[in-house]
Amino acid sequence: MKKKWIALTLFSITAILLAGCDNPLLIFDPKGPQARTLSSTILFSIAMMAGILFVVYVLYTFVLVKYRASKLPDDYEPPHEEGNKWLEIIWTTIPVIIVVILSVITVSSTSTVEQKSVAYADQKPVVIYASSSNWKWHFSYPEEGIETVNYVNFPANRPIEFRLYSYGPITSFWIPQLAGQKYAMSDMVTKIHMSADVPGSFMGKNSNFSGKGFAQMEFEAQSLSDADYKEWVNDVKTTAPKLTEDEFDDLLKAEHVGRKTYSSNHLEFRPAPEGEHSGHHHGGATSTDDQHEGHEDMDMDMDMDMDMDMDMDMDMDMDMDHDAH
Amino acid sequence: MKWDEFFVTGEPMIYAAMVSIVVVSLAIPIALTYFKKWNWLWTNWLTTVDHKKIGVMYILAALLMLFRGGVDALLMRAQTAIPDNGLLDGQHYNEIFTTHGVIMILFMAMPFIIGLMNVVIPLQIGARDVAFPRLNAVSFWLFFAGAMLFNISFVIGGSPDAGWSAYFPLASLEFSPTVGNNYYSIALQIAGIGTLLTGINFLVTILKMRAPGMTLMKMPMFTWSVLITNVIIVFAFPVLTVALALMTLDRQFGTQFFAMQSGGMDMLWANLFWVWGHPEVYIVILPAFGIYSEIISTFARKNLYGYKSMVVSMVAISLLSFVVWAHHFYTMGHGVMVNSVFSITTMAIAIPTGVKIFNWLFTLRKGKISFTTPMLYALAFIPIFTIGGVTGVMLAMASADYQYHNTMFLVAHFHYVLIPGTVFGVIAGFHFWFPKVFGFMLNEKLGKLSFWFITISFNVTFFPLFILGLNGMTRRMYTYSESTGYGALNMLSMVGALGLTIGFIILVYNIYWSVRYSPRNIKGDPWDARSLEWSTHSPVPEYNFALIPTVNKLDAHWFAKKEGKPLATGKYEPIHMPNNSGLPVIMGAAFFLWGFFMVFSWWIPAIVLGVVILGTLAYRSFEKDHGRYISVEEIERTENALRGEQHEN
Ligand code: HEM
Ligand SMILES: [Cu+2]
Ligand SMILES: [Cu+2]
Repeated sequence: MKKKWIALTLFSITAILLAGCDNPLLIFDPKGPQARTLSSTILFSIAMMAGILFVVYVLYTFVLVKYRASKLPDDYEPPHEEGNKWLEIIWTTIPVIIVVILSVITVSSTSTVEQKSVAYADQKPVVIYASSSNWKWHFSYPEEGIETVNYVNFPANRPIEFRLYSYGPITSFWIPQLAGQKYAMSDMVTKIHMSADVPGSFMGKNSNFSGKGFAQMEFEAQSLSDADYKEWVNDVKTTAPKLTEDEFDDLLKAEHVGRKTYSSNHLEFRPAPEGEHSGHHHGGATSTDDQHEGHEDMDMDMDMDMDMDMDMDMDMDMDMDHDAH
Repeated sequence: MKWDEFFVTGEPMIYAAMVSIVVVSLAIPIALTYFKKWNWLWTNWLTTVDHKKIGVMYILAALLMLFRGGVDALLMRAQTAIPDNGLLDGQHYNEIFTTHGVIMILFMAMPFIIGLMNVVIPLQIGARDVAFPRLNAVSFWLFFAGAMLFNISFVIGGSPDAGWSAYFPLASLEFSPTVGNNYYSIALQIAGIGTLLTGINFLVTILKMRAPGMTLMKMPMFTWSVLITNVIIVFAFPVLTVALALMTLDRQFGTQFFAMQSGGMDMLWANLFWVWGHPEVYIVILPAFGIYSEIISTFARKNLYGYKSMVVSMVAISLLSFVVWAHHFYTMGHGVMVNSVFSITTMAIAIPTGVKIFNWLFTLRKGKISFTTPMLYALAFIPIFTIGGVTGVMLAMASADYQYHNTMFLVAHFHYVLIPGTVFGVIAGFHFWFPKVFGFMLNEKLGKLSFWFITISFNVTFFPLFILGLNGMTRRMYTYSESTGYGALNMLSMVGALGLTIGFIILVYNIYWSVRYSPRNIKGDPWDARSLEWSTHSPVPEYNFALIPTVNKLDAHWFAKKEGKPLATGKYEPIHMPNNSGLPVIMGAAFFLWGFFMVFSWWIPAIVLGVVILGTLAYRSFEKDHGRYISVEEIERTENALRGEQHEN
């Protein structure tokens, strides 16, 4: 028993080290403030959990070595033990403390990564809409007036705000080295904040199973220096074709396509499901919560959407509709 | 509909499966006819209302499903062992992980537990039967009908392919147009109703039928865990019933509850699914905790340490299990506040779970530990499950979950909880209670051999997945490119899965070996155990206890042995037993056919079968069946025979 566990621990440690030496695991190789927060949160929790495992394993090894029948005299009869109030209080209280610590860390890191990072707080974020259809990603730049498919470029050292939605099944937008993932759904827009500290190319993917072509649903996310980004946008605007409604419909229907670049975007004729186009008309009719009534009033809905995370956070009713987001 | 749409075609593996299904389904009736066993099968098994036999049938079906789900698992691992592998295509892989998940949880883990529960609970509380024996048979046949319906999907019409969580809109008619997800909604519905009935039945059994003197706080821990589990079933399963009914309406009647064209709510499905789904994972884990408690205290020869805090922590877990469901979609864009609340409730579950781990460790302390096969599983459970538990706490942290969600890290975590928790638990319970039911032991050497194969291979299979997840490998991916670097660890995992297969094959060989060669004539209490079921004979006579025992403390059987006082005295009296009935199995068959026609939207035959089902119910309510009495002479004869055999030994 014991030998097996020692072997197993050694094996796992070597496996982690091997994987970690030349090439750190993706999640522990963050390239932006949000992903860095997540990476250190995870490392901290691993350390804490290792502590718990250590205590359990030491006790476990101790009892198994000491109280095996073969090592005890034949006439040994184990005592009757009801329990021990103090011991039980101890092993309830310590986990409570651990959970409290982890809760504090969770709440603070969750709210950190759900916002523009402090490092770039003074800059206006670059807004990019990312929508999924079948097994591809569309990136629309409302300010630049351009659109790409299956790759996205953005400036480094700037806050980026992705707004996510889907033409079809739920997908999950994930660039592990820059930020944690978030769902893209067909009836609402969710937001994800990230920034890259350095220019570079990162793997992005859909991580939520969405049907047959799901495994291939990857894209490249590239952060460029400010100058390179400007040059790229200019290039696109002057050389790329316009995205017509027909072409967009064809794109939506296609299963997979390669990279595409357009000098206009589909938001103009096919707006994202936010504000007055939001699918959030459901829920309002049956609910008593007056926030839901707000959905009837389009302007107000729009305001709320701009600040969805902030306003809705306070909306603590757990009713089972989107409005709880 | 054309024949080639009806049958799944085009895959050599499917053809092989069809052939083997046809061969087996022909072989069974032919063999039964040849050996003139139809009557035996009908009177002894198909129509039985004996809780022990029903339990055995549950366990057999669950073992069968373990192998079906296991083949799926092996295929998945084989497919992903090598980058860009072409063994399976995307569609086939999607069907396989979907059916694997559903089968393992709903048609393997849960029925296995319900099977053990059926065998053990009445014995453990000193009862002669469950509260509603006939209903119990109905529950079994509903589960069986659901399981069979689900299983034929892969040759007839196509399997569900939207994941065991069947998220909308992916599972809607628009994105899953085949009948696959109809199978999902109808088969789960039928089995789910069976489970709900079991929940009610055992709740009443435990609350109403305990032996005189057995107060709640004198119940064995397994009974406690089953009591709490059934409370969870009764609260959680109606949610599944409603969700699946809405799913059926959406897919087959054009409503838009979850589908997206005109304002359906995809998240309503996610919420309903997990409001049931999260408690469901406790339905399969809590009884396992109970089994471990029995086994650890038996083979440490000590009473369970901290009995009261064990009970309290199980109650706490059951309550918390209902308020954590949103941790399955932290990434759905609820704000910081909602995510934080669910993080905290989720992490809170770790506290009572930790209490239990320490109580088990302290039960072992100062004990006299003997390493029997069931005990080995219980002992392996502690350190491995703790890994599953601590990674669960890591997943509970909403922010961190933004990185783990939908990755192999999650897959590793839940297998680290489900396999050492539930699967080791039911296997341990199987080895432990086997002699009680059949009157002979499983071979210990083979048992230990398969134990070592299973435990070591389990870790080799699933530990690498933690690392793959942290390296960004998502779940449910049927292929990945060489450049990701995921190949080596996936290959290692495949090696582990092969080892697991060997372990399970040895387990089955053990059953075969023991049936043939194991010495019979064991005593009622071969493990020198503690609770009431060990005070009756092995195998247990139909009426369980000739005289109902009286209980005055926890582990009454143990103390009775020590003090040499019998638990029950008095004179035999005639025992009332329920009659066998063919109605439950007929009802199961009717439900199966009804489900089949529903899946294909063949309304006329579905309605006819619906009428048949109602007919069986109506028939039952007018039936005059007051059961029968076992006479004193017959009891004496049985008791003497059972005792006589034991004296020879
Ligand atoms: C016996 C060895 C087993 C192996 C090798 C195995 C392997 C796997 C694999 C490879 C996946 C799919 C991962 C993915 O692509 O997302 C999976 C999913 C799953 N497994 Fe297992 N598994 C095993 C046993 C079990 C058991 C015993 C249970 C439950 C009691 C279980 C429950 C599940 C569930 C619920 C899923 C998720 C299905 C889904 O994504 O819809 N597995 N398993
Ligand atoms: Cu939504
Ligand atoms: Cu959960």
